Amino acid sequence: MISQVFILSSKGDHLIYKDFRGESGSDAVGVFYEKVTALTGDQPPVVMSHKDLHFVHVRQGGLYWVATTTADSSPFTIIEFLNRLAALVKDYCGSLSEKSVQMNFALIYELLDEVVDYGYIQTTSSDVLKNFIQTEAVSSRPFSLFDLSNVGLFGAETQQSKVAPSSAATRPIQSSREQGGKSEIFVDVIERMSVVIGSNGMLMKADVEGEIRVKCYLPNCSEMRIGLNEEFSIGKSQLRGYGAAVRVDEVSFHQMVRLDEFDSHRILRLCPSQGEQTVMQYQLSDDLPSAPPFRLFPTIERDSGGRLLMYLKLRCDLPPKSAAINVAATIPIPKGSLSLSQELSSPDQSAELKPQSRAVVWKIPRFTGGTQLSALFKLEVPGLSSASLLEVGPVGLSFELPKLTATGVQIRFLRLSPVQPGPSQRWVRYVTHSDSYTIRI
Amino acid sequence: MIWGFFSLDGTGQINQVMYRTTHENSLLSSAGKLFPASNDWIFQQDNAPYHTARAMSQGVDMSGLFSEMVKACATVDVVQKKLVYVFLCSYAALNPELSLLVINTLRKDCQDPNPMVRSLALRNMTNLRLPSLVEYVEQPLTAGLRDRAACVRRVAVLGWAKLHNLQPSSEIDAAVVNELYSLLRDPDPVVMVNCLRALEEILKDEGGVAINKPITHHLLNRLKECDIWGQCEVLRVLQRYRPQSEDELFDILSLLDASLVSPHPPVMAATLSLFLSLCSGQPAVNLAALERVRGPLLAACGSGSREMRFTALCHIQLLLRSIPGLMGAHYKRFFCGYAEPAYIKQRKMQVLVELVNDENVAMLLDELKGYCTDVNTDTAQAAISAIGRIGRSYSDRCLEILTGLLGLKQDHITSAVVQTMRDLVWVCPQCSDTVCFALEGCEETLQDSQGRQALLWLLGVYGERVSSAPYTLEVFIDGVRSEASLGVKMELLTATMRLFLCRPAETQDMLGRLLHYCIEEETDMCVRDQALLYYRLLHCGIEETRKVLQGRRSDPSLGVLIGRPAEPVSQWARSFNTLEPLRQGSIETESASRGSPEHTTFDPKPNADLSDTLDCSHIEKVHSDSDGRCLDSSADILASSVAAPLSLSLFPALSPEEFERLWLQQRALHAEQEEAEEEDFVWMEECVRCPTIPCCSPQSLQAAMQLVNIQTLAFTPPQTLPWRVYLYTHTCLDDSPHSTLILGELLYTGEEPQKAEVNKGSADGEVGVEGTEDEQARQGTEATADGGQETVKVTLRQQPRDDKALKGFMSILTTVLHTLSSEKA
Repeated sequence: MISQVFILSSKGDHLIYKDFRGESGSDAVGVFYEKVTALTGDQPPVVMSHKDLHFVHVRQGGLYWVATTTADSSPFTIIEFLNRLAALVKDYCGSLSEKSVQMNFALIYELLDEVVDYGYIQTTSSDVLKNFIQTEAVSSRPFSLFDLSNVGLFGAETQQSKVAPSSAATRPIQSSREQGGKSEIFVDVIERMSVVIGSNGMLMKADVEGEIRVKCYLPNCSEMRIGLNEEFSIGKSQLRGYGAAVRVDEVSFHQMVRLDEFDSHRILRLCPSQGEQTVMQYQLSDDLPSAPPFRLFPTIERDSGGRLLMYLKLRCDLPPKSAAINVAATIPIPKGSLSLSQELSSPDQSAELKPQSRAVVWKIPRFTGGTQLSALFKLEVPGLSSASLLEVGPVGLSFELPKLTATGVQIRFLRLSPVQPGPSQRWVRYVTHSDSYTIRI
Repeated sequence: MIWGFFSLDGTGQINQVMYRTTHENSLLSSAGKLFPASNDWIFQQDNAPYHTARAMSQGVDMSGLFSEMVKACATVDVVQKKLVYVFLCSYAALNPELSLLVINTLRKDCQDPNPMVRSLALRNMTNLRLPSLVEYVEQPLTAGLRDRAACVRRVAVLGWAKLHNLQPSSEIDAAVVNELYSLLRDPDPVVMVNCLRALEEILKDEGGVAINKPITHHLLNRLKECDIWGQCEVLRVLQRYRPQSEDELFDILSLLDASLVSPHPPVMAATLSLFLSLCSGQPAVNLAALERVRGPLLAACGSGSREMRFTALCHIQLLLRSIPGLMGAHYKRFFCGYAEPAYIKQRKMQVLVELVNDENVAMLLDELKGYCTDVNTDTAQAAISAIGRIGRSYSDRCLEILTGLLGLKQDHITSAVVQTMRDLVWVCPQCSDTVCFALEGCEETLQDSQGRQALLWLLGVYGERVSSAPYTLEVFIDGVRSEASLGVKMELLTATMRLFLCRPAETQDMLGRLLHYCIEEETDMCVRDQALLYYRLLHCGIEETRKVLQGRRSDPSLGVLIGRPAEPVSQWARSFNTLEPLRQGSIETESASRGSPEHTTFDPKPNADLSDTLDCSHIEKVHSDSDGRCLDSSADILASSVAAPLSLSLFPALSPEEFERLWLQQRALHAEQEEAEEEDFVWMEECVRCPTIPCCSPQSLQAAMQLVNIQTLAFTPPQTLPWRVYLYTHTCLDDSPHSTLILGELLYTGEEPQKAEVNKGSADGEVGVEGTEDEQARQGTEATADGGQETVKVTLRQQPRDDKALKGFMSILTTVLHTLSSEKA
């Protein structure tokens, strides 16, 4: 049971406040923000209590989504609800930000009104909601030709005809109805890698969490068939097909997915509703089909002048045709490091000393597969001792691998039936993110 | 003026702050000015409610505009209507009279052909929360229950709950309750779920909606139609149901199996909650259910949402309390991501500590080592104390890491390491050598009082082995004037006293200075009193002082032999799927991490150190008084077997290693059947009938034993087989000057624990003795034929040999065991 729901900006501005049960006063918002600001870290605990008020919050889009509730309510339900609410707002407003929430407050009130009644969640299905929501979304970014120019999806090189702009999937779902927005459907295969590589270069842990997300802008679509790799197999024992097996450990599907053709042909059948849904989730542990994308060869020593020398070679083991983008390596350094001098192998890279987080951040905008980059960092650390070297590492890497899945899951085909009248476009996108990619030194 | 302002805003030219101040300053004041002057002020025209509602949502008080908004709600534009209602519901309580005006419009809307308008009107009519309006609302609500459109019925059903809560005292019409019950069969699943919710609220005083067999099965059959929120609600309500037969129970469980492994965490959690409450009498089924949710819970742990990860982690901690090995193979899932927030990292480390075993310990420690230098000091300290926890089982590797960390010379790390070392030494005294060696020189980097207290404690207790201890203390004593922390001062006093006892020559002078300062100049009463106490104690002589100050150096109860005891599921089942496990406070606070360890450990007899001997006859009295049921039997035994008054004593304390050495060494000799006559010790095995003992909690057993001065050293978790307890004590007979040491083991292998209940009546004082030595055979009173099944086998070892004392001890032990088992029964 949810007593109140409110949305706060990170600075504490009240964006949305709705009281469903009238049981606790409206000062709850103030109490919540006081509690958040009273904490030292920037990560307040998920559950906070004040007298008999219990706040549960999630952070999405830089905003606090807060629900107040009773002590015996299910945290799973409330957190899932808040996430779902944020997803709905994103569907309806196009994107999640302080500005879009502010501009679409009327729409969000309308949503909240339909989604929750008297603190009980009624429905969060966008199919049901679309009949009730009347307000038009106000798009925070006016449409301009400039957007469509060279900016490719995840920074990929664009060939106008083949690739949709990255902003294409961040528009409100409802505009397709009146404004004659294109009827498009996006199927995204998104994987998150968490990898730990030991100091000896051994792969200690490699987990992949993947999901297939469908974002649908089609006003009426009765059925969609998504064909996965024929070789796709689940669990350890099963092997299918003749090609290299694409294996995952566990799979779960959204309840609307019909699986009658899954066992024989690896086809998912579903009727997508408008907005974004996760139709399939899968996991793979400890058994990547290919080598981990990055290797690090560090040399760390003290030089005669008492400076810390870090010579890092980073190798990208992707196939030569693909590339990683937005690579950032975070190298923890000893406390009290004063200044950094750097030698990087190409001008587009950059490195920065962040005393706040006690780290050097080395940024590489684009990293082609099969190549190797090196960097030399010299750090001025007063009172550097041999023990201080213990503080260097482990290195954390964050990156995006566009057009690539770590497990090898691919979409063979995407069919809509009945065949859509007029121009409809189907997009398939692959991306692998680093959830946590740690290399010990 | 206002007009212009709005159009300005419409083009989005002014920023938010300006907008709000303009609103507050000009709009409200000018509205106030305009109201009395001209009643035809045009506010409700055009898009104005939009702006009013926005200002309201930002916390600006707009109640002054209420009457204008009342007029505005008569519009036909649905969007505008919705906004006006949002406004009205927020301010209705401030303007009850004006709200009456709205009700007519709302009632008219309830007749609207458009179901959306009907449901909107009905919902807002009940949301106004004005008791004065109840009479106007009832009729549309009744009509709403029979509306054609499901969306109106949904609203109407919940409307009754709102109405009831507005006037909780008034009886709700029985016809309405009946109608709500019948709507449980509504074709729309949301209406059905809302009926459950409404009935729960309306019938709260009677314990909520009646959950009988037909309703239960109806709900279960329709579970699939509901969305996940509805499923959670139904599953929650069903927790009250008690199946009539085992067959029915298993039917229900098999229906629920699919939702137990649902990919939606809320459904999975609600189903598990239901499982736990349905099968509260069947631990095996419960455990099987826990195994089943492992997959979904692990998946939730890797969810994209941090908050969901955190929730799943907290609940995994609950599960681990009952099945410590549940996640053993998946320990890598709990490695921390480098960008994860501190609250997740700390929970993950707590889980990792639980999962450690011989195979993964190297890997785990390697991982934890990486967290020790985390930027976030809380995370770093949590990692260090996690290593300390693992050190209880794998002390060498952990000490190596901890010692290495001291080299970093960072105050927060050093402080955490020293505290961890103190806690570790308290539990594992064998680590003390390494710790003493590592302590040298770390006082320079210690800044916070917690860390310094820990250092002082270690210096006091192990001062004779740290060569620089007096010099370190001297630095502290020289700076005591500027010392701010009370805890540090108290610890400093005790540590100096202790050091004085073992290294008087070096310490005498500084002790004198410290006592002088504390007694003469210190303003804090606690410190002063403590100093005075020590001062007077020193007057009593060095032996007295030694007795008081040289207490235990390590935890007398070693805790459990293998890992943590597995708790029964019922211990936490109630808090599963509530906010409880997510709270900060529910993180197990390390009992020893605050202050000195000896002050916080469980000790039923606080001044055990001072009066360590307790007369046995006194104990008999205590037990007879406290438990009348066993009075006869235990008194009989005591009368028959205790010849001379016997006292037990815990002093001098026996370290676990020493116990182990003695026990194993003599055991081996014993097995070889050497000439017993030549040895200065005896072995004896007996069987005591006390069936429920293995079920009783370690704490109560320990407390009972300590009451008669028997120290339990180690025990297996309750409910495990074979169940063992190791204990020791010293005996001394009043007429003989020397004392003997008795080591003992209680062993329970019982195959049929459920027979215990049948036999509980006869579980009184039959002592079956199988003397392994000829000398002991005569002690056997009645060698019982059925000895072995519900009996606890007692193996005792005495050194030096003293038959009388051994007999006396045996009778005391028997009494204690019987008392405990009769309490249990």
